[in-house]
Amino acid sequence: MSESAETAESVGTPETTRGPATRLGRPALLRDALGIGLAVGAYGLSYGALAVSSGLTVAQTQFLSLLLYGGSSQLALVGALAAGSTGVTASATAVLLGARNLFYGVGLRPVLGLRGRQLLPAAHLLSDESAAMAIGRPDRATARYAYWATGGVVFLCWNLATLAGALAGSLMADPKAFGLDAASSAAFLALVAPRLGERANRMVFVLACGVAVGVSPLVGAGLPVVLAGLTALSVLLTPRARAALRTAPPAPGGAAAARPEDPDGTRHDGGTAEKDGAA
Amino acid sequence: MSWTWIAAAAAACFALKLLGLLVPQRTLEHPAVSLTAEAVPVALLAALIAVQTFTAEQQIALDARVAGIAVAALCIWRKAPFLVTVVAAAAVTALLRWAGAAG
Repeated sequence: MSESAETAESVGTPETTRGPATRLGRPALLRDALGIGLAVGAYGLSYGALAVSSGLTVAQTQFLSLLLYGGSSQLALVGALAAGSTGVTASATAVLLGARNLFYGVGLRPVLGLRGRQLLPAAHLLSDESAAMAIGRPDRATARYAYWATGGVVFLCWNLATLAGALAGSLMADPKAFGLDAASSAAFLALVAPRLGERANRMVFVLACGVAVGVSPLVGAGLPVVLAGLTALSVLLTPRARAALRTAPPAPGGAAAARPEDPDGTRHDGGTAEKDGAA
Repeated sequence: MSWTWIAAAAAACFALKLLGLLVPQRTLEHPAVSLTAEAVPVALLAALIAVQTFTAEQQIALDARVAGIAVAALCIWRKAPFLVTVVAAAAVTALLRWAGAAG
């Protein structure tokens, strides 16, 4: 979902980021989950309004919230549509952004110890928020409670907020007159901002902007975003990455798993366990 | 947008989540894979911002949207809440358009 260092920051949950030594009771976990749910609601409102203004019906907008259920993927899909993409490229953009959930899943598997029937609902509720709240708990029972509580609350808040946003957005005659196209870019910037503390990410950001604008006049709508996505490969050329590629594999879970700290010990903005938002 | 592509995107995103909970850990451990995976969202979001702000009808265009994103950047830098950032960007863009149309 809509990711965010910012989400946790705005609700001030230092307890969730202190790592394995933390002992939190269920009421405190639930309170944190509710705070995160409210913050996620803000993203949901914007997504709903932007989705209907970019040509989705209210039913399609809500279908995505219920079944795709990934904040940044959904925002990217409607953003691509608003920029003139076809359905194929808009969907591809959304799926590419959802790829990080693969890494969250790998990191969560040992933490949650899921069995048969729990797998499908657990997979569906996987988001930046639920992953970040579950990882780094002192014991499995706490991790599982944090995961299900956050997953459930955030799912509910997100769906209620996107529905409200879609209904409000469908009352607008001319979205451009309200500056909704700029609102969408602002939302993306807010999502990506927490990650720009790292130099490699800043480089990718600038490269991707340049490639996207540069190829826009040359290729069909939607393709510039997908082509610019390839600039992500440039991180493999940074000195830090080359050093990492020469040495042993990293800690289990891969670098994409939400962790309070980077391998090199630097803390993220606000020191939250989440990596993003955008992601 | 057709329901087909909406359903396809939803199915693919769910498959990615489920796959992560099922695959053996070693598969994704290669640093090249994890480093790239971390950078992909940054690249895609940057591209979406750039295309939505600086192009119109697939041609480079500078208009009220640039002011909107500048205000958003300022809000984010000042640690404003998400909704404030989004509303401020929209309001500045809308005001400039309205002034342009009226002027």
